Amino acid sequence: MPVIEVTKLHKRYGDLVAVDDVSFAVEAGEIFGVVGPNGAGKTTTVECVVGLRVPDGGGVSVLGLDPRRDAARLRQRVGVQLQESQLPDRLRVAEALQLYASFYRDPADPAGLIDKLGLGDKRNTAYKNLSGGQKQRLSIAMALVGNPKIAILDELTTGLDPQARRDTWGLIEQVRASGVTIVLVTHFMEEAERLCDRVAVIDRGRVVALDSPAGLVSTVVPEQRVRFRPSAPVDDRLLTDLPEVTAVHRTASQVVVTGTGDVLHAVTSVLARNQIIAADLRLEQSTLDDAFVELTGHRPAD
Amino acid sequence: MHAFRQILRIEARLYLRDLPTLLSTVGLPTLILVVLGLIPALRKPDPNFDGQTFLSYFAPSLLVVTLAMVGVNILPAVLATYRERGVLRRLATTPANPAALLAAQLLLALSGIVTSAVLLILVARLAFGVPLPRDPVGFTVAFVLGTAALLALGLLIAAVARTAKAAQASALPLFLVVMFFGGVYLPRFLLPEFLARIGDYTPPGVQALLDAWTGTPPQPLHLAIMAGVTLAAGATAAKLFRWE
Repeated sequence: MPVIEVTKLHKRYGDLVAVDDVSFAVEAGEIFGVVGPNGAGKTTTVECVVGLRVPDGGGVSVLGLDPRRDAARLRQRVGVQLQESQLPDRLRVAEALQLYASFYRDPADPAGLIDKLGLGDKRNTAYKNLSGGQKQRLSIAMALVGNPKIAILDELTTGLDPQARRDTWGLIEQVRASGVTIVLVTHFMEEAERLCDRVAVIDRGRVVALDSPAGLVSTVVPEQRVRFRPSAPVDDRLLTDLPEVTAVHRTASQVVVTGTGDVLHAVTSVLARNQIIAADLRLEQSTLDDAFVELTGHRPAD
Repeated sequence: MHAFRQILRIEARLYLRDLPTLLSTVGLPTLILVVLGLIPALRKPDPNFDGQTFLSYFAPSLLVVTLAMVGVNILPAVLATYRERGVLRRLATTPANPAALLAAQLLLALSGIVTSAVLLILVARLAFGVPLPRDPVGFTVAFVLGTAALLALGLLIAAVARTAKAAQASALPLFLVVMFFGGVYLPRFLLPEFLARIGDYTPPGVQALLDAWTGTPPQPLHLAIMAGVTLAAGATAAKLFRWE
């Protein structure tokens, strides 16, 4: 039973079609990624899901509710972290969370949430004196303070340094473990690959692919490369005869075998049968980044 | 209602935390009054002002200072900043209504203005013998309508300005006009007659305040114009207000 169902969503601003035709369903308890180049329609899609915008066509159902008609009920149960939303400079961490907690019927304990997000020693710090990572953690806390069933997080780690980004990822995994379904909008493929159970790739207002990160990589960019330094000369044919292998190249000291499927096992087996030892053996697989480029023709950070 | 009370409580705390703004809005007119009041000549009855002192004549213009600062300067800047930073948008995703934040800001602006006016009137009376408004009902009506007109104009600026910078830029000319015709920069008896008359009809309506203070009931036309500005600017602001 999906918790979010988006069906043939269409949204335009004047002549500009922001979302052309987007459909997907998010299952309870998963981390669902929405990725795509800037301007692909990710944020507009999410804004329609949370009821901030009215779709021009298609349907959105969240926890069985209509985001516009049942807005009041939905807002009790969906926590949202919007892209680039800030707080007043002088507002303190604990004040912000207590204020937001007061909006909900069954909120989480703000003090507990502050500790859980590692802001315990910052509870009386004004917003303007927080670091980027601390602001982001506060923002996540505000999305969670209503004890939501679903948390929608838009560009969660943009502008964070690598350490803060990794800390935030750990946090998201904890949140999911507590039973919250998470929709993550991002243009960091590494983030989507690391966190998401499934990813919808949106480009020019359409879903161009929807699968697990590993599934996307293996169907879109199935090629892998095996590199090694052989202990004895290898005849190319030994390798090219393998059904998994598509090409063999050589550098000064290394053999580079390109192939699909279980190419690593095929290559090591045939080398073993011929008493050749593969030193410095490396397997290079494609990443979600490569799949993204293949699907959209954009670098992810474009 | 619950969310509104919580928002009001937090916004009030933020307002009090911003001491420089607080002093410059609530305390400034009284400070100017005190400085002028230290000049003996300004405390003497003067035939130029129907036998009143300059201080009595000038006090309504000092009210204009607060009204212009709060209504035209601070209110639009605060609201535009909240929109620019996505505070209103974020609130729209919670069970609270972002209009509650708007209402809280209006209420705070109003309390700042009232506090400032009461402080000014009391200090003028106690320290410099300026009589309390002699037509209290007329004064209250003129003050409420003048305040409403400027707050509505402030909301109109907040409604259309995309950013805090844009709000300040579009507020500045209006601020200068309000201050000038309110007789703040030059006392109005120094202005050419026709400029002084324009000031009668320019929000917040300094002549109506002066009339009521000195005991003449304010002219209905002056009051009607303030009510008209309030309705027109308020309705336009409500129609144009952008939450993001």
